[in-house]
Amino acid sequence: MALITVKNLAIGYDSQAILAGLSFEVNPGDYLCIIGENGSGKSTLMKTLLGLSSPLDGEIVPGDGLKKNEIGYLPQQTFIQRDFPVSVREIVISGCQSKMGFHPFYSSKQRKEAEKNMEKMGITDLADRCYRELSGGQQQRVLLARALCAAEKVLLLDEPVSGLDPDVTAEMYELIKSLNDEGLAIIMISHDIFAAMKYSDHILHIGDELFYGTKENYLIYAKEDLSKWIN
Amino acid sequence: MDKLILYMQYPFVRYALIVGTLIALCSSLLGVTLVLKRFSFIGDGLSHVAFGAIAIASIFSIEGKMVLVLPITIISAILLLRTGQNTRVKGDAAIAMISVGALAFGYLLMNLFGTSANLTGDVCSTLFGSTSILTLTQSEVWICVVLSILVVVLFILFYNKLFAVTFDENFAKAIGTNVNGYNLLIATVIAIIIVLSMNLVGSLLISALIIFPALSAMRLFGSFKKVTVFSAFISVVCALTGIFISILAGTPVGSTIVATQVAAFAVCCLVGSVMGGIRT
Ligand SMILES: Nc1ncnc2c1ncn2[C@@H]1O[C@H](COP(=O)(O)OP(=O)(O)O)[C@@H](O)[C@H]1O
Ligand SMILES: [Mg+2]
Repeated sequence: MALITVKNLAIGYDSQAILAGLSFEVNPGDYLCIIGENGSGKSTLMKTLLGLSSPLDGEIVPGDGLKKNEIGYLPQQTFIQRDFPVSVREIVISGCQSKMGFHPFYSSKQRKEAEKNMEKMGITDLADRCYRELSGGQQQRVLLARALCAAEKVLLLDEPVSGLDPDVTAEMYELIKSLNDEGLAIIMISHDIFAAMKYSDHILHIGDELFYGTKENYLIYAKEDLSKWIN
Repeated sequence: MDKLILYMQYPFVRYALIVGTLIALCSSLLGVTLVLKRFSFIGDGLSHVAFGAIAIASIFSIEGKMVLVLPITIISAILLLRTGQNTRVKGDAAIAMISVGALAFGYLLMNLFGTSANLTGDVCSTLFGSTSILTLTQSEVWICVVLSILVVVLFILFYNKLFAVTFDENFAKAIGTNVNGYNLLIATVIAIIIVLSMNLVGSLLISALIIFPALSAMRLFGSFKKVTVFSAFISVVCALTGIFISILAGTPVGSTIVATQVAAFAVCCLVGSVMGGIRT
């Protein structure tokens, strides 16, 4: 059964639709890439999936017992005030906040989880550093580690590599792929059509024309566009 | 020193110290959240509302002003938070309207219906706290103790959630945290703190009591927990110092405490820039 089933969804702001008639599903272990031009509504779609923005029409049905607190999220931009005093460890463990239930404090299991995810992201030695002093790439890893703490079944990533240099970008993609190999379903927004082709197994193309299907079918569907891109 | 020991024998001085410590502790706890969430304007607005409520309470000479002032302030806090969440500009205008309106209305009421001979003195002490902390009755001290304990317990129980909601509201919401519920809790606790602090510094200086310790601590530390702990510490130290100075020098309590806070802030700025911050 699908983790998330989207039926005939319309998204937008203040009842102004940006996109309508979206239908797709995400199954356990899927790697779905959402591609489309700037301003086509990718981030809005992700926010709608997460309940940060309300759907104008259609429905989003969670399945397979998916609960809200089993979803991890890496926003496109995290607006954090320049002078916010916060350590890396404090940010990462806040990814466990929705698993606390009525416990006021983090359990030792959750603390270990945070340490493990910091290790995965290679930021263990930064744990006690102040977030605002880190480089862009390091900050992105911190936020990804936080998302991992929250992601039990699904991880939503909104342009996870924007602002990273090429080396770090490749590393980031490999990391995300390894998480997917461990069984986590990934929904990733990307500008980078080549990365989408390399790593994902399903493609959702949004814009004037909508496409949803496997990567192989997308290759057939978008042959001309793709060859244009390559040249 | 002898003078201090002598003073300590008076119950009203001891009350003032107990109440001062508790209020300083409570008001500093949510300071970081208030500063970082840009909620400081709410603190200002609410203190004016509380002033209006006190004016009403004193006209009807209601026993225990708290019964009226606390609910009114809490409701206003929730309303202000709601409007503030919509569009920024509208929220600001609403706050300005409510707070200035409450201030004017309160003063008008006191003028029209006030029974006290010393009206200016009454208004002045409501606004600036003046000597009211030295005239606390035992029951007022008890109310203060109970409310302070409530605030501290709530803060500790919800510390992690408060951090999450302060740091990144969207993320918290996305992964299923009840953000609106916690914002409501923050508003309620702010209202309680403001009503409490009116006793100590009066309604015009409350924002200083809430914000200065957080700003000072942020100069020195780079983690939320350390900033919180240090701002509680510095707030209590400044309050006690301020109260002692005001007793010894005969200065108004509220403004002396705030002046101490300003001095502490200056010291923290200096230390922070010299050491480049102790960080972490
Ligand atoms: N908060 C908002 N209110 C109104 N319109 C918005 C808001 N955020 C984005 N938009 C508009 O919605 C459209 C889609 O934006 P977005 O989803 O961010 O695109 P993408 O992520 O694909 O670049 C854009 O035209 C943008 O101007
Ligand atoms: Mg976007």
